[in-house]
Amino acid sequence: MGKVKRSPWLLHYDASSCNGCDIEVLACLTPVYDAERFGVVNTGDPMQADILLVTGGVNAQSAEVVKQIYDQMARPKVVVAVGICACTGGVFKDCYNISGGVDTVIPVDVYVPGCAARPESIIDGIVKAVAIFQERSDKHEKYIKEHGESARDMSDPDAAAREGNPADFFDALGKTSDNKEGK
Amino acid sequence: MWWSIPFLIIFPICIGALLYCIRVQKIRKGIAYIATPAVMAATIDLVVTFFKNGGQPVELYVNVPVASHVITAGEIILMIFVTWKCIRARKYWISLLSIVPTLMIVYMELTLQGMEEAAHIRVDHLSLLMCLIVAFVGGLITIYAMGYMDGYHQHHTEVPERRHFFFAVVYLFIGAMFGFVLSADLVWIDFFWETTSVCSFLLIGYTQTEEAVTNSFRALWMNLLGGTALAVGIVYFENVAKVSTLSALVQNSQDGVKAAAVCVMLMAFAALTKAAQLPFSTWLIGAMVAPTPSSALLHSATMVKAGIYILFRLAPAMSGTMTGYFIAGIGGFTFFMTSIIAIGQVDAKKVLAYSTISNLGLMVACAGIGKPETIWAGVFLMMFHAISKSLMFQDVGATENCLHSRNLEDMHGLLYRLPKLAVFMFIGIAGMYLAPFGMLISKWSALRASVDSKNVLVILFIVFGSATTSFYWSKWLGKIISRTMHNVQVKDITKKNEMFSLTIHAVAMVALCALFPVVSNIYVHPLLAETFGTYTDVLSSAVMNMLVVLILIVFLVPLIAYLSSKGLHTNMKLSYMNGANCGNDNTFTDSFGDPRKLHMANDYFTERIGRHALMVPCQLAVTAAIVVMFCIVIGGVA
Amino acid sequence: MRILMPILYLLLAPLVGGLLDGMDRKISARMQRRVGPPLLQPFYDVQKLFAKQRIVVTNSQTFLMITYLVLMIATGALFYSGADMLMCFFLLSTAGIFLYFTAVVTDSPYSYIGGQRELFQEMCCEPAVLLTAIGFYILEDTFQTRDLIHADRSAIVALPGFFIAFLFILTIKMRKSPFDESTSHHPHQELVKGVTTELGGGNLALFQITEWYENVLMLSVVALFILNRNPWSIPCAVLVVLATYFLEILIDNTSARMRSQKMLQLSWAVTIAAAGINLVILILVR
Repeated sequence: MGKVKRSPWLLHYDASSCNGCDIEVLACLTPVYDAERFGVVNTGDPMQADILLVTGGVNAQSAEVVKQIYDQMARPKVVVAVGICACTGGVFKDCYNISGGVDTVIPVDVYVPGCAARPESIIDGIVKAVAIFQERSDKHEKYIKEHGESARDMSDPDAAAREGNPADFFDALGKTSDNKEGK
Repeated sequence: MWWSIPFLIIFPICIGALLYCIRVQKIRKGIAYIATPAVMAATIDLVVTFFKNGGQPVELYVNVPVASHVITAGEIILMIFVTWKCIRARKYWISLLSIVPTLMIVYMELTLQGMEEAAHIRVDHLSLLMCLIVAFVGGLITIYAMGYMDGYHQHHTEVPERRHFFFAVVYLFIGAMFGFVLSADLVWIDFFWETTSVCSFLLIGYTQTEEAVTNSFRALWMNLLGGTALAVGIVYFENVAKVSTLSALVQNSQDGVKAAAVCVMLMAFAALTKAAQLPFSTWLIGAMVAPTPSSALLHSATMVKAGIYILFRLAPAMSGTMTGYFIAGIGGFTFFMTSIIAIGQVDAKKVLAYSTISNLGLMVACAGIGKPETIWAGVFLMMFHAISKSLMFQDVGATENCLHSRNLEDMHGLLYRLPKLAVFMFIGIAGMYLAPFGMLISKWSALRASVDSKNVLVILFIVFGSATTSFYWSKWLGKIISRTMHNVQVKDITKKNEMFSLTIHAVAMVALCALFPVVSNIYVHPLLAETFGTYTDVLSSAVMNMLVVLILIVFLVPLIAYLSSKGLHTNMKLSYMNGANCGNDNTFTDSFGDPRKLHMANDYFTERIGRHALMVPCQLAVTAAIVVMFCIVIGGVA
Repeated sequence: MRILMPILYLLLAPLVGGLLDGMDRKISARMQRRVGPPLLQPFYDVQKLFAKQRIVVTNSQTFLMITYLVLMIATGALFYSGADMLMCFFLLSTAGIFLYFTAVVTDSPYSYIGGQRELFQEMCCEPAVLLTAIGFYILEDTFQTRDLIHADRSAIVALPGFFIAFLFILTIKMRKSPFDESTSHHPHQELVKGVTTELGGGNLALFQITEWYENVLMLSVVALFILNRNPWSIPCAVLVVLATYFLEILIDNTSARMRSQKMLQLSWAVTIAAAGINLVILILVR
């Protein structure tokens, strides 16, 4: 279906961040850094987003929310962890209330370390994510070509597994991930 | 050959008397199942006879002194009955509204000399149309009522059992309506008019609660006020012009006889009260306390149409006159303001009541402008409205019996809880306002004719009223089709005869939408020819074709879209609640970590546009306009 | 001609609409001293949306969205085939109802409130839209667009009030700030994405395309104010349309969202004042 990488729509979620990375993310959309020239749009709706940008570490409350938002996104999708807290838990890694980075609940594709991560790094991470997005979309299209148009809509974990993409196991109403709990 | 005419008037009255004496429900039902089809058959016979006779208007019964004396006696009986009721309720002044006009009419009957002999019965397209509406819509409601009242009395054990009385009055009313639309003589029209007023009064007070009694007396005095105006006008006109028929009145008025113009204005005023236009709208709203069949029969499908019928008859006389301008303006204003009030209503029956008044306002505006295009529009409005409102009231009644609530908010997701009733509701509402059905072509025609007759106010009222009407109907439609995740199972306890009536109505609605160009050509055009004397082609074929195209599009597109998207596999996602959806789409995790039920409701804007905010200013404004109209017309300026 | 124009509309309107959308984003970005996305960005967006997995919250959304699209196309096609303008506008409001249905059938909070606001918006716009048709009728004694474009004089000379009222509600129809109540093109949305919250993938693409058809139709009505028998009126009309569109972008970027009640008061006040007075004058004069 062509170049989907030209239109990567973001969903920005703060799992428990101090807002430092959030401010940097928003700065990317301002005139100085202007992520929109890549076609990036910050949409607030997971059903319309392609790239999930998570800041901050994951705790008990935000774990469920992150999983649900990730579920609600349509395939193909990419996850970017922005800031060291989202990558590994950062300085809060050993705290009693933080499970760790975002990859404890959902699979992450791009890690952007930093505290706070610089806008340049964030844009770099987005660009990498966009490349992964295109790659996944191409694989998806290939699979559909082989298995017919109906495969576009069906949630087929087996196909996803064959592609080697565990992220797609989480598609389905109400299903939650049963792996990757704890540190 | 014309046996059906006296049959249609006298037979229902006799059935009413019979039903009054019978207290056994099963026998009552049996009688109704025979009587109603008999009435329908007689109406069909009348229609067939009319067309076999060449489809030309027929005037009959020129010399009928016996019938006239019976009618005079009837007037006196009504007066005595009303006075007795008013004295018992200690509302003495209302009895004046019955005594004065009756005595005037009786005096005139006894003393007036030099009257031209004229027909007392007239059969033409318009009166036949009204007969059809009364017989079929009214008839189906009586069948519906048999089943409904069972459920009603089971549910409302506090209401005293007086069903023999209820059905007697219903049938009496049907007979009176036939008399009304078939009469050509002004005194006869006045008598049947008063009879319908009294029937309405009796039915509204059925439950005998304090509220019902108050509302029934309000309806009584408003209708009697109209009747008084009617009587004054008739007496004045007949004394001056020495003719006694409605068509003569219209002709005289068009010829410029002043007495006729005054009488026309007074009759139009009377029609305003009957059709519950501002400032007389509160009686119809108050009438909603009565059981649903009476709301459906009287206050939406048939009785209020009596006022519209009179206005259609008077239309050629009102066209281009001061009376016409005022009536059109009052109608348009009512159309607009009551549709705003309807937005703020949560009780489904109140919404239907206000929308009835609103639609009647549009019909009144059409009549006031008085051009062939507007009468064409008005006649179609009347047909669509009769079927649709009757369907809606019955449906809301049946839904109330199942849900024990009339609140619109409780009808959320009705399509999945009571599918059959919801589908009928959808058809009723869509047939009312959704382009290209029902109101569309009437609005189109009325707008064009208002421009042609340079009536700026009516144009603005229709345009703004159309927007607000869309709003409250769409809101209701959206409520019905929202899926609801709250699993409240509801049993559909609608009786078979209620379903039967509803189904026939829905089929008629769809048929009318589909066949409307045919109906226009073979029925409404001749009707216009009779009213205006010339055969006019109201809609150009280009517009007609466009309408057919629109109807096809709006029918077929959703259907095809539905069928083609049925096979698509889609992934279902939870609805978006910021990630806090508990997994079943109707609860979310609140800030304490506990599940909380999601509740959504519409905004009804009650402080700003509630009935209390708007009604009184509107009534004052229109009263002022009516006073001005009286002064101008009686003063002889127009 | 009567068949050619609707077909051209059917095929070209999404392209024109998408280009206009792209211009909108580019100019807005430049107004904000940013570089902005490429001009063809809206097409890339729609292409991507069709490539995504098809997701819905409830199955009825798909067919209701398709109905919305087809009815909108039908409205525009009828308008371009020279048919009765008033009827087209009535069909347009019916199409809008289906968008409302798509939003409320999901029974999800943001979508539901967005739907209510969408209905409210329709109520604000409809008087001015209908009055536009009536204004043309008073002037030319016909509702048919094929006759209206052959008028002797540009309609705007006699219908300035109607034009102003129509421009005002154009801001509402195009979902531009300050009237982007039911859904917004900006990220800062009160109700997440309002009516489009529960639309994803293909359905959102359909919504986007329908918006393009609608924008082209609305701008065509603007053009109708300028077109007359003289062939020079065509480039004039195009210029006026572009100027109007630029004005909308300017208003969008320089205002904050208003409350819905304010939107109703303002739009009706402008309609009554501008179109109403124009109406009275026309009727008295003719």
